[in-house]
Amino acid sequence: MRLRVRVDRDRCCGSGNCVLTAPEVFDQDDADGLVLLRFTAPPPEVGERVRRAADLCPAGAISLD
Amino acid sequence: MTPAALTDLPLWPPLNLTRDPLVPLDAGERRRFVGPVTRVRLPTDATAWLVTRHADVRQLLRHPGFSADLTRPGFPLLRRLAPGALGDRRGGFIRMDGAEHARLRRMLTAEFMIKNVRRIEPLIRQTVDRTLDDLRDAGPPADLVTTFALPLPSMVICHLLGVPYADHDFFQERSRTLIDRDAPPERVRRHVQELRDYLQRLVEAKVAAGDRTDDLLSRLARDRVDTGELAVDELVGMAVLLLIAGHETTANMIGLSTLLLLRHPARYAALRDDPGNADALVEELLRYLTIVRTGLPRLATEDVEIGGQLIRAGEGVIAVLSTANRDPAVFDRPEEFDPYRAAQQQLAFGFGVHQCIGQPLARAELRIALVELARRFPRLRVTATAGRLPTRHSSIVYGLGELPVTW
Ligand code: HEM
Ligand code: SF4
Repeated sequence: MRLRVRVDRDRCCGSGNCVLTAPEVFDQDDADGLVLLRFTAPPPEVGERVRRAADLCPAGAISLD
Repeated sequence: MTPAALTDLPLWPPLNLTRDPLVPLDAGERRRFVGPVTRVRLPTDATAWLVTRHADVRQLLRHPGFSADLTRPGFPLLRRLAPGALGDRRGGFIRMDGAEHARLRRMLTAEFMIKNVRRIEPLIRQTVDRTLDDLRDAGPPADLVTTFALPLPSMVICHLLGVPYADHDFFQERSRTLIDRDAPPERVRRHVQELRDYLQRLVEAKVAAGDRTDDLLSRLARDRVDTGELAVDELVGMAVLLLIAGHETTANMIGLSTLLLLRHPARYAALRDDPGNADALVEELLRYLTIVRTGLPRLATEDVEIGGQLIRAGEGVIAVLSTANRDPAVFDRPEEFDPYRAAQQQLAFGFGVHQCIGQPLARAELRIALVELARRFPRLRVTATAGRLPTRHSSIVYGLGELPVTW
């Protein structure tokens, strides 16, 4: 099963930890600095870092299933 | 609580004037405070719960049932404040909750995000070069804090905000008062007011000029104040916060990091020989030194269980970042400094929605400053013994007052 990522921009505080951890998958909006997803189903080889990004998100804005 | 019971509680933060600047808590203090959750007495004679483990600190700082608003009754203050000491609090979003906090923070997040900080790296580099030239010209010997560690982040934040660096003596002194727990309440009140007045004049001039200058305060004046989204007083409060947070913190990290690296010349040399590891080294420095050592105070607004302890609405808590950063459940041999460990889980920037907005800037400044220092001053050494170094022991941002070096 491929990992699916969801982000909640209402919760995001724009800390950028996700971009630091898995830049292939996460980006920040030029307008407001809030999280943007590059992929909802990232390739398996970045799975580990996506999990880490979800864990490091200070606002609990990243969920995986 | 009866007075006798109160004095039985250990005092937080502990006072220890002979502390090694690189050791946030000594072994005895760790036994006394590392809970998981311990009841402590604060210098204001209030009591609070001290939360010390990594998982609990994360849970607490991410929980919506805790407030950062220090005007709420019962908020665990670390010092007494004169009535109205904090003056007009508008714009100071570090002490706001929920939607009020998010509204102001979101006007700044894009400014400090990683890709924008990458764009200003050339400015950071130039400033590092310039301040290292000043260090070279000042000695040897010289004081690394006043010639390098402090001017570098001050110049950078001034440039970004559009504040004249020539006024640095004025705002550095006032910033320091604001974060000094031992400063007399009346002085705190006066210095807050003076800093606000200073930035008020600056901001008003920017609003009036409607000018094309491309600095952060001018941009906010144009894009947010002119559009009616943001009041001038709010912009002033944001400017005060950014100016203080933007230089004291990074300056103290540079001073302490230099001391730590120079105690082990091989580590200092590795910075020069293996700059590719500098990002990991900076994370480990942030973990190991954790300069916000008094912890982050919060007030419970509902009953919450943290680390097995029920914390009731109206009680104060302190999230201790330095013990969380040395929690053996997360970091192997936490008392050891290991530049090759993956320390990304460190909490030196806090956690939750208030997590430091300036972290990409702080990381870039630290990395460039330390790599260039090691490259240009390979024979740098500290000339004072650690016990003799003046420290900012009463500040909520810990650091060295001076670091005499030679080369
Ligand atoms: C190594 C350097 C730094 C450290 C260790 C640090 C640490 C922290 C910590 C622990 C917090 C959370 C406070 C809380 O939750 O109560 C914080 C917040 C903040 N920091 Fe930093 N900081 C650093 C550098 C900077 C820089 C360079 C800036 C400049 C832009 C900055 C601006 C801020 C602001 C504006 C906040 C408030 C964020 C909010 O409440 O949403 N910091 N910082
Ligand atoms: S780590 Fe979380 S809060 Fe930070 S930018 Fe990413 S999604 Fe937003």
